[in-house]
Amino acid sequence: MSVLVYTESENGKFKKNAFEVASYAFEIAKQMGTTATAVSFNVSNNEVLGDYGISKILTIKNDTLSTFNAKAFSSCINQAAEKEGSKIIILSSSTDTKFLAPILAGHLKAGYIPNVVAAPESTSPFIVKRTTFSNKGFAFSEINTTVKIVGVSNNSFGVTEHKVSATIEDFNPTVTDGDFSTKSIEIDKVVGKATIADADIVVSGGRGLKGPENWGMIEELADVLGAATACSKPVSDLGWRPHGEHVGQTGKPVASNLYIAIGISGAIQHLAGVSSSKVKVVINIDPEAPFFKAADYGIVGDAFEVVPRLIEKLKEFKAQNA
Amino acid sequence: MKILVCISNVPDTTSKINFTNGDTKFDTNGVQFVINPNDEFGLTRAMWFKEKQGATVHIATVGGANVEPTMRKALAIGADEAIRINAEPTDGFFVAQQLANIIKDGAYDLIIAGRESIDYNGGMVPGIIASVLDINFINTCTNLEIDGANATATREIDGGKEKIATTLPLIIGGQKGLVEESDLRIPNMRGIMMARQKKLTIVEPIDAIKATQDTKFEKPAAKGAVKLVTSVDELVNLLHNEAKVI
Repeated sequence: MSVLVYTESENGKFKKNAFEVASYAFEIAKQMGTTATAVSFNVSNNEVLGDYGISKILTIKNDTLSTFNAKAFSSCINQAAEKEGSKIIILSSSTDTKFLAPILAGHLKAGYIPNVVAAPESTSPFIVKRTTFSNKGFAFSEINTTVKIVGVSNNSFGVTEHKVSATIEDFNPTVTDGDFSTKSIEIDKVVGKATIADADIVVSGGRGLKGPENWGMIEELADVLGAATACSKPVSDLGWRPHGEHVGQTGKPVASNLYIAIGISGAIQHLAGVSSSKVKVVINIDPEAPFFKAADYGIVGDAFEVVPRLIEKLKEFKAQNA
Repeated sequence: MKILVCISNVPDTTSKINFTNGDTKFDTNGVQFVINPNDEFGLTRAMWFKEKQGATVHIATVGGANVEPTMRKALAIGADEAIRINAEPTDGFFVAQQLANIIKDGAYDLIIAGRESIDYNGGMVPGIIASVLDINFINTCTNLEIDGANATATREIDGGKEKIATTLPLIIGGQKGLVEESDLRIPNMRGIMMARQKKLTIVEPIDAIKATQDTKFEKPAAKGAVKLVTSVDELVNLLHNEAKVI
């Protein structure tokens, strides 16, 4: 009857969002008077989850699962839920998890609510707050089914430490050939750089930068801050930057701690997509740019003058605070 | 190849979002409805399969009579025929079951849905259909090629992309990349005239689970005024000492 949480990993280590979903699972378990159990795939340092209130970890070690496969992973989580008798399953909102969640929901006939931003309003009836209308609103959504799946929005609930001693248990779910009827043949992924999905800071450029040849300073600023780079929709439509960098309503959502928008006027669709970021900074030459109304801090000025000065200042700052 | 494109009727991306009935309903007053952008990329890719590989393109929408103008637009873009399942699409699980019921007897080779609708953002309809009918599924699909019964697709992952091989029948959750923004089509007069004659079948919903319901809505809290600064020194200082984000 424990709350089950799927803790994502990469190269044998938990991803940052694993600690957030673990914290969330512990919070629900506490509210419901039960414990939280995690399921992990090919992770070497499982015990660390005990720092976030997880009292049992089902560890799967299986080479066929070294690359994410939505159907196979969903089947394993399903088997873990059955084994534990879990009626509540907690997931993240990563691209991979949003791929497997509906498959799991279909199998378990479970109501699934993604993009959840806070601990449940109540557990009976089960009501959670989530973003809706692409971050232009919130909904309080009730799940009516016996089994419930909650997808926690990235960087929303936060990570809370609560040390417990965790039992680690080997878990060998059945995987079949049928689980691999979609087969990964090539992965092309940036390594060693922050991604929009999990970066603390995102630096984003718009049409105000005049052309792809001017992205050097955006990348340099991102490097100094350890940030991911992003762009507005027109920039990706013009082919200046890859689609994967497009943030906004039809692109990727951003939920970073700091979002720096450079030369982006702030169309309503863009503002919706980045509204979950905690602090927003805008640098724009046009004082009338709508983004100033949605930002926390702003500099009215020419990006080509402001950004190089900002890079210099940040390098100085980093040197002093290293 | 027989393709079904699942289309959701959503507020235009520029819409201001308001709620009514004591914040329990979306206020449609003055809102323009369109084909969900993620679905429109998929529909346009389906048109490419129609023109280059001789596919037939069907569309399906779960909704009341109010969604028909959006469906007619999809027909004007070039879909061959349409099915409307006459029910309010208030829950993703419910919508997926309705569509699965059409799909199981429809002999479709390829089913295209959007990664998510831009209104309720559930992002679950294609995945639940895949799960219920046990067909291959690829989400956040940005490229799709079909050769006989084989499909090669690219999906977006956090920080990159993944190439996937699979077989038909297949369902995808599509998004931008399937086609480019500049490939999207505006229906011409001939298309609009022809769309009026195309078959739009209305079917009644089956009994299905409603797994979730929205009990109340809320708008984000109003934002305080922006703090304008004139120097980068001041900005770095504020980000460090006040906002504490660097």
